[in-house]
Amino acid sequence: MLTKRIIPCLDVKDGRVVKGVSFVNLRDAGDPVHIAQVYDREGADELCFLDITASHEKRDTILDVVIRTAEQVFMPLTVGGGIRTIEDIRRLLEAGADKVSINTAAVEHPDFVKAAANRFGSQCIVVAIDAKRATTCEGGEPGWEVFTHGGRNSTGLDAVEWGKRMKDYGAGEILLTSMDQDGRQDGYDLALTAAISESVSIPVIASGGAGTLQHLYEAFHVGKADAVLAASIFHYQTFSIGQAKSYLAQQGIPVRPGTVPVSIS
Amino acid sequence: MIAIIDYGMGNLRSVQKGFECVGHDAVVTRDLLVIDQASHVVLPGVGAFGDCMDNLARFELMDVIYRSIASGKPFLGICLGYQLLFSESEEFGCHQGLGILAGKVKAIPRPSDDGATSFKIPHMGWNTIQVNTVAPPLRGIASDSYVYFVHSYYVEPTDCALVSTQTDYGISFASSVWKDNVFATQWHPEKSQAVGLQVLKNFGDWQ
Repeated sequence: MLTKRIIPCLDVKDGRVVKGVSFVNLRDAGDPVHIAQVYDREGADELCFLDITASHEKRDTILDVVIRTAEQVFMPLTVGGGIRTIEDIRRLLEAGADKVSINTAAVEHPDFVKAAANRFGSQCIVVAIDAKRATTCEGGEPGWEVFTHGGRNSTGLDAVEWGKRMKDYGAGEILLTSMDQDGRQDGYDLALTAAISESVSIPVIASGGAGTLQHLYEAFHVGKADAVLAASIFHYQTFSIGQAKSYLAQQGIPVRPGTVPVSIS
Repeated sequence: MIAIIDYGMGNLRSVQKGFECVGHDAVVTRDLLVIDQASHVVLPGVGAFGDCMDNLARFELMDVIYRSIASGKPFLGICLGYQLLFSESEEFGCHQGLGILAGKVKAIPRPSDDGATSFKIPHMGWNTIQVNTVAPPLRGIASDSYVYFVHSYYVEPTDCALVSTQTDYGISFASSVWKDNVFATQWHPEKSQAVGLQVLKNFGDWQ
């Protein structure tokens, strides 16, 4: 049976992890590659790097991080943040990324998603949607509006309609972040997650708001998510990936068991 | 030396690093001489079936694939590199494959197109394999091991005896096949952590 995925996400700036990761016994807690190795050992199902490097000159630092990660870690890696051109995607995939996540560029140029999916295949094109609760979307119905630039810029787009359109444009997956819940650690926006997940035939990754293991369960059970993305609860070792998987398995969610280190014979 | 055929499709670096991680030398190449001299050959690939066949033709790589397989050296197809070995695909119209194995590549059925379905497309994530025949690269791999999938089409081999592992996703499909010196997987060994690395190790050890 296909299992639900747990995806730890690291914010990377100038090639270093930001948003204090507090692993004990880690040689270099600021190095994304070291943290990726820890998550690999714990049985994470995929990894996500969000590149928040602001300066143009330092944008290549993420490529070095991806190259070094791909040498050590053999699970799928998604990279997002600042991807605007076909060439950006090509360089990330060549460095060893498996998928790229496109956000602002998709809103500004929806055809970019189409071109990227045609060139590289839908399987590696993730469209990231940052959504906020709104009551004034298209026709006055309560719903969610798409935002860009980390939640600063409104777009007037209805998140559910946008999700459907991106699927039609060739997105292989949707990374859905609730800007209302992000960073609050009091649970995912379950209504938003379910609304999108039930409207598109591609997988949906829920993001924004995980604080407890029950929140992960709710994202799957109520939100109908195919995967969950989480940062803080894993970075601060509130819970390990293994604990999260044991808990979810007890609740009847199909998950791949946390990895016990295996030696290759 | 293992030659990983580079025809401009997908993340080949992970395949190479996977082999290196388990002690096998591997090179990413489209140099015919290198592929001919390699002890093992890998055909990886992600993307669209038609584009991949076009690229194999454009880089004049089809003959060297036929030669490699005919020579009897171990050959590994991964994901689209698995699908390409078959006769034809219905992805975006009908496309001819390499025709090394008899069978068709078909779309995973969608229960409904309005989204309210338990089987999302692509089939993306970790699923289990049921081992039918222990191909040499599968030595030590138990049934119900988890491997990583990402695909929207599946292979239906004409000869069921080729099916080495099966996987369920609404339908039961051939997640890997084995015939003589050819082993091919729909899943990604290079993305399947310890299980996948063991398969790469076994493949490199295969004589």
